[in-house]
Amino acid sequence: MSRTVWILLQLRDGKLHRMAREAITAGQALATAVGGRASAVIVGHETDAASQEAAAFDLDAVWVADDAKLAAYTPGAFVGTLVQAVRGAEVAPDYLVAPHTYQSVDFVPRLGQQLDAAVVPEAVSFEAADDGMVFRRPIMGGKLQARVRTRGEGLAVVTVQSGAFSASDATAGSADVRALSIDFSTVAADREILGVEQVGGDQVDLSKADIVVAVGRGVGGEDKMQPIHDLAEALGADIGASRPVIDNGWLPRDRQIGSSGQTVAPKLYVAAGISGAIQHLVGMKSASCVVAINKDASAPIFSVAQYGLVGDLHEILPVLTEAVKAAKAS
Amino acid sequence: MKIAVCIKQVPDTEARLRVRKDGRWVEEEDLPFVINESDNYALEEALAIAEQRGGEVVVISLGPARVKDALRKALALGAKRAIHLADAAFDGGDAAATARALAAVIEREGCDLVLTGSQSDDAGWGSTGSIVAGHLDWPHAWLVMGLEVEDGGSAKVTREMESGMNEVFRLQLPAVIEVQAGINHPRYASLKGIMQAKRKPIDTPTPAEIGLSADGVGAAGSKIEVLDVAFPSSGEGAEMIEGDAAAMVATLVEKLQREARVL
Ligand SMILES: Cc1cc2nc3c(=O)[nH]c(=O)nc-3n(C[C@H](O)[C@H](O)[C@H](O)COP(=O)(O)OP(=O)(O)OC[C@H]3O[C@@H](n4cnc5c(N)ncnc54)[C@H](O)[C@@H]3O)c2cc1C
Ligand SMILES: Nc1ncnc2c1ncn2[C@@H]1O[C@H](COP(=O)(O)O)[C@@H](O)[C@H]1O
Repeated sequence: MSRTVWILLQLRDGKLHRMAREAITAGQALATAVGGRASAVIVGHETDAASQEAAAFDLDAVWVADDAKLAAYTPGAFVGTLVQAVRGAEVAPDYLVAPHTYQSVDFVPRLGQQLDAAVVPEAVSFEAADDGMVFRRPIMGGKLQARVRTRGEGLAVVTVQSGAFSASDATAGSADVRALSIDFSTVAADREILGVEQVGGDQVDLSKADIVVAVGRGVGGEDKMQPIHDLAEALGADIGASRPVIDNGWLPRDRQIGSSGQTVAPKLYVAAGISGAIQHLVGMKSASCVVAINKDASAPIFSVAQYGLVGDLHEILPVLTEAVKAAKAS
Repeated sequence: MKIAVCIKQVPDTEARLRVRKDGRWVEEEDLPFVINESDNYALEEALAIAEQRGGEVVVISLGPARVKDALRKALALGAKRAIHLADAAFDGGDAAATARALAAVIEREGCDLVLTGSQSDDAGWGSTGSIVAGHLDWPHAWLVMGLEVEDGGSAKVTREMESGMNEVFRLQLPAVIEVQAGINHPRYASLKGIMQAKRKPIDTPTPAEIGLSADGVGAAGSKIEVLDVAFPSSGEGAEMIEGDAAAMVATLVEKLQREARVL
């Protein structure tokens, strides 16, 4: 039986979101793996430019739900639209694939609940097994990976992690753009949008920093930060941090690196006491050289580091600071 | 105002993990457990709202006997009552099965607001609160960094977006608010609170008592089945530098100068 994959494309400023392109790659690959075909679905308003972009990929169709009620994202309107789209489809989808963005995570579980679907969040890969698809997803903050399977024959909704599939691997082609038939009179927003604001004023711009010394929860407390400052000074580096450091108030919010914070691409990134959860990694993985210092040899940060030192940062950093000073003096 | 807070007990993020013998989860024996990080913030938010506006906080947790410790801690912090979904039938569920049970309890309780964390530090579905909201047919918001309950039955919500932006909107209560870590500064338990917690009630309803059949919850009621868990293959990974601190640093500095040329 031929399988149908729908790729839910997120828009940003009227264009395809970067991760929507990754979702196209993932959706095409999933369609191939299950022996089926992929289509794209766009939900929004004034979607012409985005649907033209999507039409340039090898897809069966680009299905569009375009209405003023969808101009601003709300879970109520998006879920209401997509439930109708799935229930009213000529060929019902077997899989929905969406990028694992903050917007998707906000509405996809609820969409899954409304459609009585299995929801697989944050898939990083999948493979066909004897009795269906097996998905791999991180658990325990990325320290472990789980292989999961959906039970039963019904619809499965899969969100794909940032960077797991490459946007440039999407197969080009030409697809028809078609309107979904949706009764918008029953579609309603469940939020009154008031606006957008910058977090923490954004006083510090780390995006152009040459060297970043980044500190994680492993530093152990606000009163234990001195070795970080000392190393940063010796290296002439900016200081960044993982989220818990900020949440605990050890550094201001504008030092946070990661999916909710800043994205950096320095030539040297020293990560001390940071485990390496994906939400942190997306903010620093384009650093040219990452040095990770962590007392846990299995910390995921070592998978993106060039050099790894296993040990107590409070022992290592002071020695490193002195060595950097000596190297610079000679 | 009656506020329910869903808290999950998870392995301490500092803990050394081992894969369980059957390969399907981590070995829980000797594993230290704590309240999930974002749930601490959800509880603090609930306690603060109840203090400001009047009302009570009920904490709910689904999980085995060890979960009592997490509930006692929440009671010590100021929650009034606890509900522990401890029946073995509730175990091993995915977000859908867990949310079904939580929603049934909340419905039975009759709450004005439900707070959850945004994501559990173990399974990390990031879904449970939203699915609870779906069952209750209430609005929800995930990744909430600001919550202001307003007169007239609405709330102003600040939600985190990617790359350092927040969006602000208003929704109608009752609602499920999925709190993100960092929204507030959680309090510490007082000695008095800890003593009082010992006398506060913990209710342990069965699936039938919350109107669900045993095969609608736990592993039996799940759509996702975990086949196995494993440490990811380190792939290319880091070049690990060995030795004591002095030796590691000497090697590192040389490599940063000669190989990486960043010093
Ligand atoms: C939607 C969402 C958005 C998020 N956004 C971000 C974000 O933008 N940025 C971000 O960073 N996180 C973000 N997070 C949180 C993220 O998931 C992790 O929880 C966080 O990155 C972990 O921070 P950490 O590595 O400092 O702490 P932990 O995971 O607790 O790791 C601490 C590490 O320190 C090590 N350690 C302890 N003591 C020592 C010592 N003495 N010497 C050396 N090593 C030691 C431990 O072995 C451990 O590996 C987000 C989460 C969610 C759900
Ligand atoms: N077993 C559970 N008991 C109580 N609350 C839970 C449970 N599992 C998840 N939650 C709540 O749902 C949130 C999101 O969890 P998850 O969907 O697993 O990422 C958590 O932060 C908790 O507030």
